[in-house]
Amino acid sequence: METKKFTGAQAVLEACIAEGAETIFGYPGGAIMPIYDALYDYKDKLKHILVRHEQGGIHAGQGYARTSGKVGVVFATSGPGATNLVTGLADAMIDSTPLVCITGQVFAHLLGTDAFQETDIINITMPITKWNYQVTDATEIPGILAKAFYLARSGRPGPVLIDITKNAQIQSFDYEGYTPCNHIRSYRPKPVIRKNYIDEAAALINSAKKPLVIFGQGVILGKAEKEFKKFIEKSGMPAAWTILGLSALPTDHPQNVGMLGMHGNYGPNVLTNECDVLIAVGMRFDDRVTGRLDKYAKQAKIIHLDIDPSEIDKNVKATVGVWGDCKETLPLLTLGIQQKDRSEWLKVFADYTEQEYNQCIKDEIYPSAEEMTMGEVIRIVNETTKGNAVMVTDVGQHQMVTCRYAKFNETRSNVTSGGLGTMGFGLPAAIGAKFGTPDKTVIAVIGDGGIQMNIQEFGTIMQTGVDVKIMILNNQFLGMVRQWQELFNEKRYSFVDIQSPDYVMVAKAYDIAGAKVEHRKDLVNAIETMLAHKGSYMLEVMVGKENNVFPMVPQGCSVSEIRLK
Amino acid sequence: METNTEKQEYTITVYTENQVGLLNRIAIIFSRRKINVESLNTSPSEIAGIHRFTIVVMESQDIVLKVVRQIEKQVEVLKAYYNTNDEIVWQELALYKVLSEEITEKVKVERLLREYGARAVAIRKDFIVFETTGHREETNKLMKALEPFGLVEFVRSARVAIIKESSGFHEKLKDFEKREPSEDVIENEYLGKREAVFTM
Repeated sequence: METKKFTGAQAVLEACIAEGAETIFGYPGGAIMPIYDALYDYKDKLKHILVRHEQGGIHAGQGYARTSGKVGVVFATSGPGATNLVTGLADAMIDSTPLVCITGQVFAHLLGTDAFQETDIINITMPITKWNYQVTDATEIPGILAKAFYLARSGRPGPVLIDITKNAQIQSFDYEGYTPCNHIRSYRPKPVIRKNYIDEAAALINSAKKPLVIFGQGVILGKAEKEFKKFIEKSGMPAAWTILGLSALPTDHPQNVGMLGMHGNYGPNVLTNECDVLIAVGMRFDDRVTGRLDKYAKQAKIIHLDIDPSEIDKNVKATVGVWGDCKETLPLLTLGIQQKDRSEWLKVFADYTEQEYNQCIKDEIYPSAEEMTMGEVIRIVNETTKGNAVMVTDVGQHQMVTCRYAKFNETRSNVTSGGLGTMGFGLPAAIGAKFGTPDKTVIAVIGDGGIQMNIQEFGTIMQTGVDVKIMILNNQFLGMVRQWQELFNEKRYSFVDIQSPDYVMVAKAYDIAGAKVEHRKDLVNAIETMLAHKGSYMLEVMVGKENNVFPMVPQGCSVSEIRLK
Repeated sequence: METNTEKQEYTITVYTENQVGLLNRIAIIFSRRKINVESLNTSPSEIAGIHRFTIVVMESQDIVLKVVRQIEKQVEVLKAYYNTNDEIVWQELALYKVLSEEITEKVKVERLLREYGARAVAIRKDFIVFETTGHREETNKLMKALEPFGLVEFVRSARVAIIKESSGFHEKLKDFEKREPSEDVIENEYLGKREAVFTM
C-alpha cells in the first residue's frame, strides 16, 4: 500500500472526516496552532465554528451531539483553553454525552517544566472523562483517535479527551490511512444478555397489578424509542420520565404519565411508592429523582435495565437487573410480556393529574394574576410550535417549567443539563443543537442568571448566522435559589437579586434582532414574531419576580411527600 | 441481596493493560469516596504485558462491590476481583535496620533469626538489616521485639496476594481478545449469584 507523508495535525483532521464529524466547535491558541494551520486547507471538508469561549465550545459540542446523535468534536488549546473545557466535560460525563475533545499541549520535551500555557489536563480531567490520553508521537494519532471516537459513542457514551503535544502535531509520518476501531480487549461496551433475567423480569411484569415504567436517557442513547414504545404499549403500562429521558416518548402519548422527581408530576412521584413493580429503563436513580432513598419504592419489586453494570444496585437495589443495551433487551422483554389492559391503573394517574392541574398547573399556564408566568410562556410556545421544536434549557426554574410544560413529538428534541445542572449551558448548547439538526426550530429558554454566564456566545451566533430563538425568562432573581431561600431559609434572600443589562441592546450590538415583553397583551404576538423571524431572535419576557415552581419534593423528603403548593 | 455494611479487610485484585495514568484513574475511585487505601501494589501478572494491582481496603462489602464495578468500568481494566482474607494467600515483606553494636551486645542475632524466621540481608560493622515476610501481625512482632534495641529504620511492603480459587488469567485473556467472548468473561459473569460477581 502506498503511504503518504502526513503531519500529526493532518491526521487529526483526516480522523474527523473519516468519523463523519464534519462540524467542529473550537478556539485556537498557541499549542494547537499546527492543527488550525492544517484546518485552513480542510475548510471545504470540515466546518469549524469559532466560539467565544472554550466552555461555549464544549457545550455547543454537547448540544450538537444530543440533537444529532453523533459524536461532538471540540478543539481547544493547552492551559486555559483546556481548563475551560472542564465544566463541559463534567457535564458530558454525568449526562453520558459522546464527545471527542482535542486539546493542544506544549512540546513533549517541555512537559512537566511549567512551560507557558502548560497544564496537566490529563490528570485534571481523569475523573470527568470516560477515557483520556496524551499523544506525544504523531504515528499514534490515527489509532488513538479511532479509539477515542469508538469509546465516546459505544456502550454508555461519554466524553473523551485527547491531549496532543505540539511536536506530535508538527511531526511528519507515513500515513497508512484511517481504520475505525471496533474492539478493545479490555473494554466491553455491551454486556451479553442473559435470557434468564429477561424471563424473570417478564414474569414479574406479568404478575404485576400496578407496574410503573420509569425511563431515562438510555432509551435515547440506545436509539430504542420505537422498541420502548412497543414495550409499554403491549402491556399498557404507565411510563414516567426523567428530564433526560424527556422526548423519548411523545408528550401526548396516552401512557406518558409525566415527569419524575423533585419538580416532577404529582402522580408519578406519589405512585412510585404505590406501584408493585417498578421498571427502570436506562436511568440511574439520581437523588433528584428518588428523593429520600430509604423511603423510595420500598414496596415494589424493581427491574433495572441498564447498559452500565456499575449502575445496577448503585442507588437502588434491583430485584432483577437486566444488563444490556435496551435496543436489544426491550424487544426480548416485549416478547415475554402479556398483552394487558391497565386502564384502571392509568385512571389513578389521571386522577392525580387532575388534582395537580386544578391546584397547580392551571394557574401556572393560565394565570389569574397580572404578572406573567413562565408556564404561560411555554404554553404559548407549544401552541405555536405544536411540539415540533427543539427546546434547549439552561438551569433553574425556567428549566423545570420548560421540562414540565413543553410538548415534544420527536425524540432528541429536549436538550438540558441534567446531572451537573450547569448554568450557562443553554445558549451555547442551543447553537450546537441547531448545527446538529438544522431543519428544526431551536428554542433556547434561559433565565436571567444563566444567560449572563455565557452571553459572549451571542458573538458566535452573529458570526455564523446560526438561527437560534433565545427566550430569556427574566424574573430579576436567581429564581431557584430564591425559591429555596423563601421556603427553607425564611426568605433570607442572600445574593439572589441579580441585575440584568438591557438584553435587547446587547442582542442588537451583536446584530441579533430582539424584543422585550412586559405585558401579557403583547406576549402571543411577540412569540409568534420571534418564531416567524428569519434568523436568530432574542425575546426577553418579564415574568413574576417571586413565582415558585411546584409541585416540589423538598430535599430529604420522600417522593410521597411531594407538595403541590 | 443482603445488605452488608460491616467493615472488614478486602483485597482487590485488578488485571489491567499497561498504561500511563491508570494508577491515578484507579486511585481516584477510592479517594472520591474518601476511602483510605491500606496498601497498594502494582506488579506484573502471570501474563506478559498485563499488570496486576493488589489493593487492600477496610470497607463494607456494599461499598467494595460498587468500587470494584467502577474500577472494572475503566477502559483499560480487564477484570477486577475482591476477596476476603480467608479467600486469599498473602504476604507482606518488612525490613528492619538496627545498629550492630546494640544487636550483637544485647540480643543474640541467632535467636532473633530463629524465633522470627528473619533473614539478615545486610550485615555491616555499623548496622544489620533483617527481613521477614508474613502477615502484618507477624512482621509487627519482630518490630516490637526490636524496638527496645533502637530500631533505626522500618519499612513494610504492600500486600501481595494469590486468590485461592483462581485458575489464573491466561484462558480469560484469550476470551477477552475475541470479539464475541464466551459468557465467562462478560461483565455479568456471575449474575446468578450477584453477591459474588467479582470473586472467582
